[in-house]
Amino acid sequence: MTEVSLGGPAGRGGTRGSDSHARRTGPGWYVKIVLMAAVNALGLYGVWTAVMVGSWGVAAFLALAVAAADWVYFSRRMLPAKYLYPGLVLLLAFQLFVMLYTAYVAFTNYGDGHNSTKVDAIAAISMQNERRVEGSETFPLTVVERDGELGFAILRDGEIVVGDAETPLEPAAGSDDGARVTAVDGWTALEFAELVSRSAEITDLRVPFSGDPAAGGLRTQDGALGFVAAPVLVYDAATDTFTNTTTGVTYTPNDHGSFVSADGEELTPGWRVGVGFENFTAIFTEDRLAGPFFQVLVWTFVFAGLSVVTTFALGLFLAMVFNDPRVRGRKVYRSLLILPYAFPAFLATLVWRGMLNEKFGWINEVLLGGAEIPWLTDPWLAKFSVLAVNLWLGFPYMFLVTTGALQSIPGDVLESARVDGASRWRAIRSIVLPLLMVSTAPLLISAFAFNFNNFALIYMLTGGGPHFEGAPVLVGHTDILISMVYSVAFDSGVKQYGLASAVSLLIFVIVGLISWLGFRRTRTLEEL
Amino acid sequence: MSAVTKTAPRESVPRPDRYRIRRDAGPRGVRWWTEVGWRHVVGIVMVVICVVPLLYVISASLNPSGTFTGSNRLFSEVGLNNYAELFESRYWRWFVNSFVIATTTAIGTVLMGGAAAYAFSRFRFSGRRAALTTLLLVQMFPQMLAVVAIFLVLLTIGDVIPVLGTNSTLALIAVYLGGALGVNTFLMYGFFNTVPREIDEAAKIDGAGHAQIFWTIILRLVSPILAVVGLLSFIGTFGEFIIAKTVLQSPDRLTLAVGLYQWASDERNAPWGLFSAGAVLAAVPVVVLFLLLQKYIVGGLTAGSVKG
Repeated sequence: MTEVSLGGPAGRGGTRGSDSHARRTGPGWYVKIVLMAAVNALGLYGVWTAVMVGSWGVAAFLALAVAAADWVYFSRRMLPAKYLYPGLVLLLAFQLFVMLYTAYVAFTNYGDGHNSTKVDAIAAISMQNERRVEGSETFPLTVVERDGELGFAILRDGEIVVGDAETPLEPAAGSDDGARVTAVDGWTALEFAELVSRSAEITDLRVPFSGDPAAGGLRTQDGALGFVAAPVLVYDAATDTFTNTTTGVTYTPNDHGSFVSADGEELTPGWRVGVGFENFTAIFTEDRLAGPFFQVLVWTFVFAGLSVVTTFALGLFLAMVFNDPRVRGRKVYRSLLILPYAFPAFLATLVWRGMLNEKFGWINEVLLGGAEIPWLTDPWLAKFSVLAVNLWLGFPYMFLVTTGALQSIPGDVLESARVDGASRWRAIRSIVLPLLMVSTAPLLISAFAFNFNNFALIYMLTGGGPHFEGAPVLVGHTDILISMVYSVAFDSGVKQYGLASAVSLLIFVIVGLISWLGFRRTRTLEEL
Repeated sequence: MSAVTKTAPRESVPRPDRYRIRRDAGPRGVRWWTEVGWRHVVGIVMVVICVVPLLYVISASLNPSGTFTGSNRLFSEVGLNNYAELFESRYWRWFVNSFVIATTTAIGTVLMGGAAAYAFSRFRFSGRRAALTTLLLVQMFPQMLAVVAIFLVLLTIGDVIPVLGTNSTLALIAVYLGGALGVNTFLMYGFFNTVPREIDEAAKIDGAGHAQIFWTIILRLVSPILAVVGLLSFIGTFGEFIIAKTVLQSPDRLTLAVGLYQWASDERNAPWGLFSAGAVLAAVPVVVLFLLLQKYIVGGLTAGSVKG
């Protein structure tokens, strides 16, 4: 994909007009040919690798992208496409497709324990549930290493065989002392000290005994003696079930992507399946989840709304205060007042986090003389702190915007109001504000949308905390929807991509609705 | 400034002597306080509120103890050892990462956005209106809403092409560029439309191809908007947090936003002095850039709405 974007701009540079690029072979033309060659080479290499890995989606996308690039840049027509192609390809992949993919994942149980396909799950179950075969023979074993990967070497029927976690035991050249392998070509045998220091890795290692998974794997407990562990759970493709060879219990697949026994015991891992609206019903009806979710939902609106109102109010107030030519040093004031906006927001948020620290923070220790006020750990104070810090971060923007808007309000309108006897307050309310709203309303809507998803502020300042007690996911009193998404997907111990995507999808719907309402008012769509 | 003088009468009291308001003849005494003086009070209070956190972080960065408590007495001790320690940490690696990622993204955004705006502004083709509408719709949904899907897609791509998978700088840039068109095309499109088409036509008659017109004429004429978009993109990418935090994993590949977050939230070691020094160094270029180009940035901020 990057090769495509690289190829784009300069490729365009070489295209000398629709009349011909055969006749004009300037330097640009050569650049274009070289870049297109690179695009094709890298693209085809990508397609080939994707096919080898069995990643059909990636292969299809790359093939289409390369074909489209060739078509667009070698055709004499398609002029607009030559300019749109690089941006559009990336837009398709990382904006439109990921949105659709979010919608798809929202209806699956994708997450820890359900990460991959059924085939992978079956292989993993067979491999993880192995036990030493009773009374089976043991092998004097040598632990060997290659490029940091551990392997086992044993004598099987007098022949030296070696393998690692990926490759089954295979014959290899080396030397032995009759009972034990002493050296293998291409591998180094581990010293005793290393055996001790890497013992956890060694006892975890399983080397497939042969290409057939049913043959089991070679394992060791002490790094010196190996034994064969055979699968306890055997998969039968004909009936699509697992059977436990020792207890005889059978496990059948259920519609949630797991093998389950009759008495409800579940084998892990499972695989990814569609679960319909289950993620959504869980969010709205499951007691322990729905409560926190609604609190987060309400707080998201409150936070975004109050952030816009407070920043706008303070910004407008300051703009009016300094919109008076009699105030000396207005330029200095303005430059200093926009400092919070110029300072990168994420750094400012982190600085505030430190200043608001309960025990050592500057606010408590210096300003309030050693009070231990839990600014970031009390539910209400944390909400207040989030809003206050966002006010600090956001008012300069509103100050700048409203200053500009105020200055563009014609003076004669105000003058005529005054002539008609309007008081100063009346003039502000009936003339300045309405005129101001015309130009700033769209900005207020986008400020609302921005704060609705102001992840960095929440995550950096409070981490969403203080956390709700007893919720199945790690969310708290200051979490907004987007930080809840992040927490469910990555921070809650068990990663639940499906559930997180369902919350994402809800944000999409809400943001879409808000923007639609905004557009209906401003009618931006009409002005294309 | 002309706009300022225009609004001048509004604030003054409508009196026959209105024309006299100028510095030497302004209100004095109590009236000065009710009409002008209180504005200075408000201004000074606000300036203090704005400046204190910044002074605090500068003082903390200069405090040799490097701890929270030590940082609280502003400028009580001054030393540069926090800055020196940055050289032994991963800070400069993060700095370079952030700089490379933000610069590449800014350049890519300007080129791709400019090219797209050129196509929409100068060509009439089927699907143009639909494409513009789609972009307008896409623009409403920030990329980060799909952060989980982005992570999962990069996992899948990583199986095929590891350099474009998770934990890859290149992949992160590609993701950022994927969001570029949706955000900036409209801003640029409006500006491109203000360049008269006659200029293109004259060049075409003189034998210039469309590529020549784009690279040598149009891009030069719209350079103010290119600067604004590039700068906004740079600053935006520099501070982007959620996608960078999701995509990048190994400590050496982090951006400043992710790395400094780790320092600031590290309650056990609390490398507060180190964090402060890093924050000051990271902020200085952005603040300077911002103050220098203030006028353009503010213009760019409001361009989308004021125009039209």
